[in-house]
Amino acid sequence: MTGLETPGVWSAEGTSPGAIEAALRQLLEQQYQESEAYVPARVLNLIAIVDREWRGEIVNRLERLGRFHPSRTIVCALEPRRDRLDAWATMTTHHGSSPGSLAVCEERVEIEMGQRHIDGLDTIVDPLIVHDLATVVWSPHGHDDAVDALVDLADVFLIDSVEAPAPEAAIARAEQLLQTGYVVDLAWLRSTPWRERIAATFDPPAWRPSLERIEEVVVRHHPESALSALLLVGWMASRLRWEPGAMLQQNGSMLARARTRKHEVKLRLEPEARQSVPGLAGITLATSAGVSLSLDRGPGGLAAKRRLRDGRESNYVVLGASRGETGILGEGIRQALLRDPTYGPALSAASSMLGSA
Amino acid sequence: MTGSFDQPDMYDRLGQALTELDEDADIAFNRLFYLSTAPSFFPVIAKMLGERELHRREGSEVRMIVEKPFGTDLESALALNRELLSVFDERQIFRIDHYLGKETVQNMLVLRFANEIFEPLWNRSYVDSVQITAAEDIGIGTRAGYYDQSGALRDLIQNHMLQLLMLLTMEPPVSFDANPVRDEKVKVLRAIRPPTPEEVPSMAVRAQYGPGKAGGEEVHGYLDEEGVPDDSTTETYAAVRLKISNWRWAGVPFYLRTGKRLARKNTEIAVRLKPVPHLAFQQQGSLGVEPNQLVLMVQPNEGVSLSLVTKIPGARMAVRPVNMEFQYGTSFLSQSPEAYERLILDTMRGEATLFARNDEVEAAWAICDPILQAWSQMPGPLPQYPAGSAGPKEADDLLEGDDRWRPL
Repeated sequence: MTGLETPGVWSAEGTSPGAIEAALRQLLEQQYQESEAYVPARVLNLIAIVDREWRGEIVNRLERLGRFHPSRTIVCALEPRRDRLDAWATMTTHHGSSPGSLAVCEERVEIEMGQRHIDGLDTIVDPLIVHDLATVVWSPHGHDDAVDALVDLADVFLIDSVEAPAPEAAIARAEQLLQTGYVVDLAWLRSTPWRERIAATFDPPAWRPSLERIEEVVVRHHPESALSALLLVGWMASRLRWEPGAMLQQNGSMLARARTRKHEVKLRLEPEARQSVPGLAGITLATSAGVSLSLDRGPGGLAAKRRLRDGRESNYVVLGASRGETGILGEGIRQALLRDPTYGPALSAASSMLGSA
Repeated sequence: MTGSFDQPDMYDRLGQALTELDEDADIAFNRLFYLSTAPSFFPVIAKMLGERELHRREGSEVRMIVEKPFGTDLESALALNRELLSVFDERQIFRIDHYLGKETVQNMLVLRFANEIFEPLWNRSYVDSVQITAAEDIGIGTRAGYYDQSGALRDLIQNHMLQLLMLLTMEPPVSFDANPVRDEKVKVLRAIRPPTPEEVPSMAVRAQYGPGKAGGEEVHGYLDEEGVPDDSTTETYAAVRLKISNWRWAGVPFYLRTGKRLARKNTEIAVRLKPVPHLAFQQQGSLGVEPNQLVLMVQPNEGVSLSLVTKIPGARMAVRPVNMEFQYGTSFLSQSPEAYERLILDTMRGEATLFARNDEVEAAWAICDPILQAWSQMPGPLPQYPAGSAGPKEADDLLEGDDRWRPL
């Protein structure tokens, strides 16, 4: 990939949404005058609501998205006491234009605004979104009030539920947003390799009956990522039609039992203090047939250990390096155009485990 | 040249000045009178031009441009036409509607009649519904005096938006000369049955903007605007559902909506095609299939967009809609003449295709008049919509079946 090219930049102080929208149109025309190879991406609108003070970190993450970039990104940078709207807009291509090829452009608008603008944020953002494209709202620094102001414009809410102060609050918020749109949860996407591996383990016909014999699930997690573990057991419960009971605290772990048609499954979420990165550390599944499967985060992928009833063990590595946080954000944007039917039921199961505690 | 509109010697001085210009150049110049005055003066000026014999001239053309509004209801429109036509011939009168001077509006004719792809689909068998939107994000500003006497239906729907409807739905004319085009346009209006008073509440909605936000700033509601009476029942938003009762369009709902202080400035025509009869693709895991939609963007974006359903790259058969877009600004890289420039030039050339004929104006009023009369019988206050919103929720009641308003 070549470096970013920014053929045109527009900026104004004390501006209005109408002026910004007109500037974007003009930037596109200027770009065409330079080369007809420039075409604006038309995939989705991303509205990012950030603290102005920390906007650089978010902008850097957005700039590293590569081919999963949105078509038009509108960064709303909040500065509490700001009174007027200042804005700049640009069109950027990641690939430059070369003879005979198209250069796909993304449009980026950054608007600096104050707390007083939040109540009418929809009237600032609405004129700037591209018609007929999915609109994704991402607010990595909180600001639920700003997200609420955009509920009618948003098709998709991009959240990271592990960022919430408590799992209960994160799940309640995700459930609330699911009432009005589709939710892409980065915490959920981080567990995709784990879910894929667990599902793949039981995919061979010889292993499928073992699913009904699972009697214990232990999920190990970063001390601040209990929610990731909760979503994972919520996923298992919803897919396997378990009825999970209330989670109880015990010595720093969370314990629950889930009912299946024939027996109970013990669920345990254990913080793993040695894990330095957020997310899941490992999972162990044990069946009533004396078989157990463990997956643990390791170098280059997931370290898998399978122990059979007769004591035989097999160890192997499920290759696949972590995508990193930029990769996860890119995947979140890609997922905004898809629909994962398993997240909602997993969230509901997780909610019932916490709600009935 | 100064004077009042009913002052005979002012017209004599005008005639003398024009004659001097002709004599200086030794050419009998064509003459064009542009009536951009309050509408009440149109008949006065036309009558005086006739009395002072400025309406005809041997060896040159004399024409007159009349600005809208062409009357305030059917009766006044008939009277205005009668008075203008008592002095001028119809071929001399150019009723200007600046929407018709826009490139994007003229392109509707080219799109329809120079592309084979659309005509087979352009009928009730394939078109599910049509939405014509003319949304403004601004309020009435300092125009309370005019606007409160007019309202959204008179200001936009009766003229501009019905013009768009006519161009969209008319039969192919035998040529693009003025009368063949206008003959086909007026047939569309005559195929729209004017509503009875009882039908109006179910096919037309009106509302006023209340206080709200625009561009993040607090703005007044209509009744708080300077110059607007506290008890005004003038609508700042109007939406109607029309049906064209002819072979091509029977049963297709045409939704027209316009308003001030809406979420964004946008004028467009969206033609929604019917859904495919059977879908073999799985819907789970993808955004799914939406019927194709052709959107003609009039302003501020100018162009055409066609939505298509495509496969999302990947191992699964997931699908979603994408748009094929053409935009004037990027396809031609040349400035279009302003709508008025184009239309005034057409008048100078005697080209009347892009102007409204008397029978078009009267037929448009015949549709709108019953709505206005019914509304005048309904007590206020009007429903309100917050400034900066997409309009009143009452407008949803006009929609048939699964139809829904497009986002502005």
